[in-house]
Amino acid sequence: MLISTSHFRIAMPALKKPIEDMQYILATDVGSTTTKARFFHKKDGVWRFYVAGEAPTTVEAPYEDVTLGVQNAVREVEELTGHKLLSPDGSGLILPYDGKQGVDLYCTTSSAGGGLQMMVAGLIKNMTAESANRAALGAGAIVMDVIARDDGRQPYQKIQRIRNLRPDMILLAGGTDGGAGQHVMEIAELIKAAEPKPRLGASYSLPIVYAGNKSIRDDIAKLFKGEFALTCVDNIRPVLEQENTEPARRAVHELFMEHVMSHAPGYNRLMKWTDIPIMPTPAGEGMAIQLIADTFKINVLGVGLGGATTNVYSIVEGRFVRSVSANLGMSYSVTNVMKEAGIPNIMRWIPFKIEEEEVASRLMNKMIRPTTIPQTLEDLMVEHAVAREALRLGLQHHRTIATRLKGVQVQRTISDMFEQAIEDSYVKMMTIEVIAGTGGLLSHAPRRVQPMLILSDAWLPEGVTRMFQDSVFMMPHLGVTSTVYRDAAWSIFDKDCLVRIGTSIAAAGVSKLGEHCMTVELTMPDGKVQKEDMNFGDIKLVPLAEGQEAKAVITPAKTFDVGEGPGKHKEATVIGGIAGILLDARGRPLYLPEDDNQRRDLLYKWFTSLKLYPEDSLKELVK
Amino acid sequence: MTTKKHEAQKQEKKEDDESGEAHAYTPGLKVKRAMTIDKLRRLPIPGEVLHKVGDKVNYDTKVARTEISGDPEIVKVAMILGVEAEDMSRFMLKKPGDKIKEGENIAFYTALFGLIKKNVPSPKDGTIESVSEVTGQVIVRGAPIPIDVDAYLPGKIVQVVPREGAVVQTYGAFIQGIFGIGGETHGEIKVIVASNSEEITPDKIGTDCKGKVLIGGSLVTLDAMKKAVEVGASVIVVGGVRHQDLTKFTGQEIGVAITGQEEVGITLIITEGFGKMNMNVTTFKLLKSFEGHLACVNGATQIRAGVLRPEIIIPHEEKEEEKSDTFAMGMVPGTPVRIIRQPYFGAIGVVNSLPIELQSLESESMVRVLTVKLQDGTIATVPRANVEIIEE
Repeated sequence: MLISTSHFRIAMPALKKPIEDMQYILATDVGSTTTKARFFHKKDGVWRFYVAGEAPTTVEAPYEDVTLGVQNAVREVEELTGHKLLSPDGSGLILPYDGKQGVDLYCTTSSAGGGLQMMVAGLIKNMTAESANRAALGAGAIVMDVIARDDGRQPYQKIQRIRNLRPDMILLAGGTDGGAGQHVMEIAELIKAAEPKPRLGASYSLPIVYAGNKSIRDDIAKLFKGEFALTCVDNIRPVLEQENTEPARRAVHELFMEHVMSHAPGYNRLMKWTDIPIMPTPAGEGMAIQLIADTFKINVLGVGLGGATTNVYSIVEGRFVRSVSANLGMSYSVTNVMKEAGIPNIMRWIPFKIEEEEVASRLMNKMIRPTTIPQTLEDLMVEHAVAREALRLGLQHHRTIATRLKGVQVQRTISDMFEQAIEDSYVKMMTIEVIAGTGGLLSHAPRRVQPMLILSDAWLPEGVTRMFQDSVFMMPHLGVTSTVYRDAAWSIFDKDCLVRIGTSIAAAGVSKLGEHCMTVELTMPDGKVQKEDMNFGDIKLVPLAEGQEAKAVITPAKTFDVGEGPGKHKEATVIGGIAGILLDARGRPLYLPEDDNQRRDLLYKWFTSLKLYPEDSLKELVK
Repeated sequence: MTTKKHEAQKQEKKEDDESGEAHAYTPGLKVKRAMTIDKLRRLPIPGEVLHKVGDKVNYDTKVARTEISGDPEIVKVAMILGVEAEDMSRFMLKKPGDKIKEGENIAFYTALFGLIKKNVPSPKDGTIESVSEVTGQVIVRGAPIPIDVDAYLPGKIVQVVPREGAVVQTYGAFIQGIFGIGGETHGEIKVIVASNSEEITPDKIGTDCKGKVLIGGSLVTLDAMKKAVEVGASVIVVGGVRHQDLTKFTGQEIGVAITGQEEVGITLIITEGFGKMNMNVTTFKLLKSFEGHLACVNGATQIRAGVLRPEIIIPHEEKEEEKSDTFAMGMVPGTPVRIIRQPYFGAIGVVNSLPIELQSLESESMVRVLTVKLQDGTIATVPRANVEIIEE
């Protein structure tokens, strides 16, 4: 069973200067809420992050031109550095750096304009349609719907759905090479009959990528001729046992540039400013998360928690899978998180009394004015509560995509009693060794321990898990930069982007509050042994600085597991970080009392134990 | 709409840029007493434009027309007949392009000297669109569905986009809300509260509200919305609405703000936000001054790509010098702003200063801020992202 893991390949463009002579690089990310500029500089032969500038994204009237937001963000960089970057005539950036002003490379990612919205179609829901779904998600798309022959809908219902969707692009897959083509043709005819129209205007043909049975390409071409912009690529499932998403993914990305971006407000201008093609934000972000997995050779679970979408990335035993949850986010989609999770699930993370209606109103107000930021601690904590739920739902969605290839004969053992056991997601928290987070809320959290706890609460890491954090939200920037200058991107990534927050040690299992959960013996760098007895419901932070290591011997109680089985001890080297070592005995699943007062008390205890928020202000709020 | 004043402002902005003085950009909502308004009335797919440049139109005049193809129905002819797809053509009674009635046979099969007969009736009236010898499927396309686009505003056609639509121009007041539900509609303005802070309650809505655009103050309750629908009011414009009231009223929780298609019997526009919120005084006074006038209203909101805010357009002929867009020059000291987040949510003031350095908030976030001189004279420090320009 193979799943393609290769990166995007982009034709090397003509750069303004050879990469070895470059001194300044500017990268932007045009997000749905904020446009983020990141300025990089080579100093004493080493590439480092220099300064950041941000401004609201300008897709809204009266501006309706993303380049205005880019200029505003870049202008902030200019104000902070005194380094002139923008052409005086408003035609873009000064390129290349002439010794006084300008930059040597400008590149950007984008998720504004709703990102890339796709419809996916395949023959069998759990096989080719699922592979096509993975390919579209891998290209950084938002998948609006997956149509399959066996998706339970009648043909007329599928047609109605396709007619209403208005996707940017369609990916059609189905059949193995040389197999029967009739059923794939049926799906193709269904798409044609529905006459879907592209989202960004009716003036151009809707792009269709066909990645199905090779032998019916001529019939497909004949069918779609004249009405659609058809691109045929290698079959996504040439044989049942193999998944080959890369050709489809690459085609989707190229068409994204050609058809979609050129129709979004201001992108025609922006495309002229950049040295290399604009990349969808999730694609850039995914490349950055892959850099971590490639470098450390470990299983990584990453997330980009954005304003409109939540993108989750897993690299488990070399398999890279990306999911994009289109309507889970912290600004535009914040009320959808509330809708999907339910207000009680958001309220459970808030340690002070507040009416449900008040929380709902605040979130609705955030949704209608998505660029605002929390000024009060109370507001910040409400947003942190929503973030936990967005992350939880995002991972839930990811697990439905990160599954083993279905439809493949698997040699079963007696333990595989049910088919379900084989088809489960392979993303198990006990096997995840690194969790990495990016996105405005996580990167801009005032205290680094905040994203550590938010990610822990949402994803419930088990065993020993390192936690990384994007320092000032520049993973997408570095992802796109790495397509032309990997060494510079990695240097900045390692030194300035990847914040080592610390390591989480968490026991899986449940018990009664106050009962013994695990004992952790830490041999610190100075040789001293620190022994921590953790009872169920406890959480504690042990300081261990970034770059320092400690030997840990973890002995769980007999009903708890830290990776070696229930009650079995585990030895590990744990690495410190800005926050330190998080000892988490709150249970998996996490224990939260049903009684509101008890729940609030417990949250307050956890938050104060970790110094999560300013102590006096938190005390005042809880009072 | 370029005026000398506008040119002067642009010049000032340029000088600001060169001198390095502070300025910032932020979105805002328009509340204008007089301006020229152009609306592109566009067909979803190409069709016919029914008017020419210079034609006068009313809000209900049809300006363009097209037809979208009817719904298709897929008929698995080969499967029903029990024949191979490639043999199907021998049994077809109809060919692509032929008209067909519901129940009329598309194909007919007979064998064993007529002892076995199978027929495939058409599921609907329409046209045979395709016959596939690969899949054995026949597509019957239903009758085309006509689509008309009306002018929405009374005014004149100033531009025709061939086969797509026309630009209708009018002159009048233009007010944007922050969020709305329901689509385009019209009605006479009727103010049903005494002040911008008064709630709309059911007792304020009578049968005389039928077809009217009702103007309220700080809040509309669920019962009041129901009463407005009951009496046949066209629109409610109000400062705020409670989240749970809106959910109950529409029958669904709003997840993502893409609205305008709701069929709830009325268009609702909120000008400030969710919860009880006094309508901005300027907006309230402006609406009040046009009591009795026709208003063209659209509640459609899209807070995503190509952002769309709900709007109230009041065509009139009062001559007033058109004010230029202060948005274009961004925020500078003296720009009137509204704070749009706690702890000063709803407060009005003018920009006092725009410090460049990042500052720490109560939440401990380090952000760029501005100071605002509030109406009571106090100075508030708020993140730059938490204000919007008041465009008057």
